[in-house]
Amino acid sequence: MSTNQKISKYHISRKAGQLAPSGIRKFFDLLANMEGVISLGVGEPDYSTPWHIREAAIRSLENGMTMYTSNSGMPELRSELSRYLKNEYQVGYDAGGEILISVGVSEALDLVMRAILDPDDEVIVPDPSFVAYSACVFMAGGVPVMVPTYEKDGFELDPEAVAERITSKTRAILIGYPANPTGAVMPREKLLAIAALAKKHHLVVISDEIYARLIYGVDHTCFPALPGMQDNTVLLGGFSKAFAMTGWRIGYACGPSEIIAAMTKIHQYTMMCASTMGQVAAVEALKAGENSCMEMVADYNRRRRVIVRGLRDIGLPCFEPKGAFYAFPSIKNTGLTSEDFAEKFLTEEKVAVVPGSAFGECGEGYIRCCYATSMADIEEALVRMKRFVKKYSVR
Amino acid sequence: MLHEILKVLQDDARATPEQIAARTGIPAGQVAKLIGEAEKDRTILKYHTLINWEKVNNERVWALIEVKVTPQKDVGFDSIAERIYHFPQTQSVYLISGSYDLFVLVAGKSNREIADFVSQKLSHIDGVHETFTQFVLKRYKEEGEIIDAKENMKRQPVIL
Repeated sequence: MSTNQKISKYHISRKAGQLAPSGIRKFFDLLANMEGVISLGVGEPDYSTPWHIREAAIRSLENGMTMYTSNSGMPELRSELSRYLKNEYQVGYDAGGEILISVGVSEALDLVMRAILDPDDEVIVPDPSFVAYSACVFMAGGVPVMVPTYEKDGFELDPEAVAERITSKTRAILIGYPANPTGAVMPREKLLAIAALAKKHHLVVISDEIYARLIYGVDHTCFPALPGMQDNTVLLGGFSKAFAMTGWRIGYACGPSEIIAAMTKIHQYTMMCASTMGQVAAVEALKAGENSCMEMVADYNRRRRVIVRGLRDIGLPCFEPKGAFYAFPSIKNTGLTSEDFAEKFLTEEKVAVVPGSAFGECGEGYIRCCYATSMADIEEALVRMKRFVKKYSVR
Repeated sequence: MLHEILKVLQDDARATPEQIAARTGIPAGQVAKLIGEAEKDRTILKYHTLINWEKVNNERVWALIEVKVTPQKDVGFDSIAERIYHFPQTQSVYLISGSYDLFVLVAGKSNREIADFVSQKLSHIDGVHETFTQFVLKRYKEEGEIIDAKENMKRQPVIL
C-alpha cells in the first residue's frame, strides 16, 4: 500500500489514502484516448448476456417487479441456487440461512472480510491474485499475508508455504481458483492439504469460485464439497463470468449460517439488497442458461488454444491455463519489466494487456492477456505481439 | 473431431487448416484430411459468404412460397421437389408439415421475375395445385446472423 498522501483541501481517510490505486486502472486511462486498440485487458466476457436472460429481466420490468427484494435475496433465487450447487457440486446449502445474494462477488468478498476480521487479523492470500483480495482484507482492518506462487508449480498454492505463514493471528485463507490472473486451477490433493491446514488451525477458507464454470478439460473442485469442509468454508460465486452478466452485478456467498448472518447484517445497512431485475435474470440463468454457458465455454476454449500456442510460438513461455479466460505468459526474456512491456506494447502496437505486477510481486515478469475477445482480435494481437517481442528480444 | 472442425468452419469458412488446428487442438494435417473427406462425401456442401446485398445497391427480391402438391405414386413428394429445385430462382426447398407441403424460397431480380416464375413455371408443374406467395419486405436475421446489428455497449474502464 502506498503512503504518499498529498496535503489537499479535503480530509481523506488514512485508509483510503493508503489504498494503492489499481495498476490496471492506469492502463485504461491511457487507453481511453487511443483509437484502434485491441484490448486483452478487461477480464470480462465479450458476449452480451444471452437473450433469454435479458428477456426475462425485461418481462419482469413490464410486470412491475421494481421493488426491494428480501435483504438476503429473492427466495426463488436462493432456492434455485441451492438446487444448482447441489446438482453441480454435491454441496448442500439451506436457502433459508446459508445463502446471501450480493452485489457481485466483489461485495460478498468485502462483506466476508468485514464479518470475520478484527484489527490486525491476518488473511493468507496467494500472490499473484485478483487485485481486490488484499485490498478488501486491508479495508476490513486485516493484514493480507501474501504467499508467493510460481510458474514452475503451475501457479498452484503450495500448502507448505501456507503452513509457514500461519500465526496466532491468522483467521482465514482466501483462495480463488480457477485463478485470475493466471488461469491456474488447483488439483484436488492440494486443496485437501489446504483443507487439513484450515481444520488444524481453525481457519475459515474463503473460496472465490467465480470462474468455476470456465474450465477446460479438467474438473472443478468446489472447496466446500471437500470432506468436512462445508463448516469451515465461505463459498463465493456469481453470474458474471459463466453467463456473461458482468453489468448485472449479482453474486452470492454461501456458508455457515453464523457467518452469513453477520455478512447479511452489514449488507442490509449498506446495500439493502441486490438489484431486483438482476436477481430475476439470475433465476433465469440458473433455470435455463446451461446451453449458453456451455457454448461460450467451448468458444473460450478455442480462443485459449490459439492464444497459448500463439504466445509460445512467439517465444513467450506460457504456462497452460486450465481455467478462467486469461493467459499469463512470461515476458522475462524481453528484458522489460511487466509494466514497461504493457505500456510500450500499448503505445507502440496498440494492444492492451495488464502487467502481472498489478496482481502482486510474483506477477512481475508476466503479463495478463484476457482472451475473452473475438478470434480475429486475438489473431491480430498475436501478430502485433510477435513484431513487438522481436524488437525487444535482440539484446 | 470432425464436429469440432465443422463448428469452426461454419462460422468462418476462410479458416485455414493451421488456424483450425490452433483453435481445436487437432493437428493441421489431420484437419486437412478430415476436411477433404467431408468435401468428398458432401458433408461440406460449399463455402459460402453471407452478404447483406442492400449494402451494395444490388437488391434482390425474395419470396417465400408455400406449395400444395399431390404426391405422386412411388416417389411421393421427392420428384416434385426435384422439379422445383432445378430452377435457378429456387434458393431452398423444404418439405413441411401443416396445411402446405413444400416451402420454396425464391430469389429474383424483380417482382416481375418472381411473378413470372410462379405463374409460368411453378404452377405448371404436374402435381402442383396451389401456391401461396409471400414477398419478403425486410430481412432481419439470416442464418443466425442479425443483419442490421445494433452496436453493443462498449467496454468502459473498470478495475478487475
